Amino acid sequence: MNDIWLGLLNAVRLLVSLDADLFEIVLRSLQVTITAVIIASLIGFPIGAWLAVNRFRHRRLAIALLNALMGLPPVVVGLFVYLLLSRSGPFGVLNLLFTPTAMIIAQVIIITPLIASISHQAIRDLWSEYHDLLISLHATKWQRMKTLIWDARRSLLTATLAGFGRAIGEVGAIMIVGGNIDHLTRVLTTAITLETGKGDFALAIGLGIILVGLAIIINLAIHIISKTERAGTW
Amino acid sequence: MVKAILPMRLQDICVTKSKKPILTDINLEIGVSGFTIVLGPNGAGKTTLLRTMHGLDRTSAGTIEWLGQNNDIRKRQAFVFQTPIVMRRSVIDNLAYPLLLNNIAKSLALDMAKKRAISIGLGQALEQNAGYLSGGEKQKLALARALIINPEILFLDEPTTNLDGAATREIEDMLLKAFNNGTRVIMTTHDIGQARRLATDILFIYRGRLHETSSATAFFENSKTPESRAFLNGDIVE
Repeated sequence: MNDIWLGLLNAVRLLVSLDADLFEIVLRSLQVTITAVIIASLIGFPIGAWLAVNRFRHRRLAIALLNALMGLPPVVVGLFVYLLLSRSGPFGVLNLLFTPTAMIIAQVIIITPLIASISHQAIRDLWSEYHDLLISLHATKWQRMKTLIWDARRSLLTATLAGFGRAIGEVGAIMIVGGNIDHLTRVLTTAITLETGKGDFALAIGLGIILVGLAIIINLAIHIISKTERAGTW
Repeated sequence: MVKAILPMRLQDICVTKSKKPILTDINLEIGVSGFTIVLGPNGAGKTTLLRTMHGLDRTSAGTIEWLGQNNDIRKRQAFVFQTPIVMRRSVIDNLAYPLLLNNIAKSLALDMAKKRAISIGLGQALEQNAGYLSGGEKQKLALARALIINPEILFLDEPTTNLDGAATREIEDMLLKAFNNGTRVIMTTHDIGQARRLATDILFIYRGRLHETSSATAFFENSKTPESRAFLNGDIVE
């Protein structure tokens, strides 16, 4: 219990003293996660829409596979990306291992299935509502997908936030491909792991509280910016 | 230049759903003008007939021929559904949507949509989420959206079933205006009074078969089949 109080005090102290290291870590966490969420959304939304609109052989299998990929173990993803980016790997020449870019790649792989799967469910529901209208209006498949993604944007926000939630709290993969290097690839989750390993529980808890607070603030901000509750006007 | 797609011909059309015949041996020609009302009891196949003509339902046999073979056949048609499908957009964006699909410049599309919204009494609700309109306003919006592309033929599936008298009158006024401007109209209804008010000709469908095709006057004054007479008399026709 004492560690939790000390953690709270640490969190306040770090914030009030505008600790430079803390802010660097927070900014890097946000930079890596937000970039990964944007890329994963750009990939996941069209996949979700495509699966909703198109009928093809083995479609159910594809959806089941996508849903299964939501549970990808981050450590396995980290190992996979590590092998791809290591010097002896196929992309070793790019020198991306132990950089924020490698962390973004790992996070994109982890959260894209999650965003695509939630998007698919939201868009599938809207497609059943719009089906006759869009067929009647002779919309092309591309126009249907574009329309569905745009009109389901509020539901897709949930997919994005789910992706953000998973990415900001991820540690296994980015520890492997980022290496938790001070002033280069250290983010909030890897810093918490480090401090816990060192036995500095108070600092680890303090960082944890900041991480949770950050996730809540980002979620609220997105909801406010997108005017989710003001449905009367568009 | 826009090519005409009417007349259309249905030859030996059969539609089967879940192995159950819905339409059987429909032979019919839809001419270039007229306000056709499709009448018949519940489950007779009225909606399926409209959906099949429009291409929403597939035929299991027979052919549908439109004038010529141009690729714009579907773009010259519009459909209004019994329950209006309103997009999760503002009123003006709902109206502009078909125009944007047809590659009309956004500014022009919005301008046309605004004028159309004002003409149907939704000028005050341009930016309002269309999902929050009343049932009558939603159907007016759906009809205006269907008409904004100036379709050569307009299909309507019981568009006033869930509406009160005032809203029904507004929809009928819009339909008559479109008809007078040259739009070919084909509509299903249960309301015999509405059929009397609007129709120039009648298709009477019974158990998936086309029982009677005649002018509205002939149908209401001297219908040919016992089923259509019973239907007009208000008897229960199963």
